[in-house]
Amino acid sequence: MQVPILKQGAYLIATVQSALTDEDLRQLRDTLVLQVSKVRARGVIVDVTALDVIDSFATRTLRDVAYMIRLRGAETVIVGIQPEVAFSMVKLGLTLEGVATSLDLEEGLAYLNRNGKGHDQEVRAHR
Amino acid sequence: MLIADEVRVAIDCDSDVVAARQKGRELASQCGFPSTDTAVVATVISELARNIVRYAVRGEIILRLVQNDGKKGIEVVANDDGPGIPDVGLAMQDGYSTSGGLGLGLPGTRRLMDDFEITSDFGKGTTVTVRRWRR
Repeated sequence: MQVPILKQGAYLIATVQSALTDEDLRQLRDTLVLQVSKVRARGVIVDVTALDVIDSFATRTLRDVAYMIRLRGAETVIVGIQPEVAFSMVKLGLTLEGVATSLDLEEGLAYLNRNGKGHDQEVRAHR
Repeated sequence: MLIADEVRVAIDCDSDVVAARQKGRELASQCGFPSTDTAVVATVISELARNIVRYAVRGEIILRLVQNDGKKGIEVVANDDGPGIPDVGLAMQDGYSTSGGLGLGLPGTRRLMDDFEITSDFGKGTTVTVRRWRR
């Protein structure tokens, strides 16, 4: 299942639309890391509203996406983690440490807009 | 006590992991579990099924609706005849992984479920049985 990636201004928005296999997740990671430099994106939003499970592999891959994209000079926000998904993640011990999250797409865009200018400070604040 | 037919899902690739957790979610919601619990069950199935693909190559997930003292619950059995776990104690520790993973699958599964049993014979395979009871 391919995840559509849209470019909106300086941002890339990847909207997950159905359950993803491990291979789908790896492909999403690799595509985003390549795309971010190809289109010179400043920020990336991964919308996971449609995911009913975020297990250890998905968490690790999302975290890797954010770290890799940060190394490419852009910022990633994961948006739309559902309440019951958040519950299972925390009980499992998964925290997405050091990765920005927002309630939904709107908040994610607001986060990137807010942090656009103070990008360097933001990176340090995460450490 | 088993109160419905069991559902068996053969596991030998990535997409079987997704299929197994979707079956688990369906069964848990049929059983009347609230959405938090169906997410828990689906997550646990995902962890156990992935362990099969990663370490044993193939095996199966068996899902059952069970009852005990008037309580209804869902039982998940993850069964494989792979290489087994050399040190189950280590495998149950947070952060321990032999495959470069996060090492949270088994200990996290134990935290998420009410009952947790694991038997692993080195060279013969692994069976993990977990249950979650409806509150």
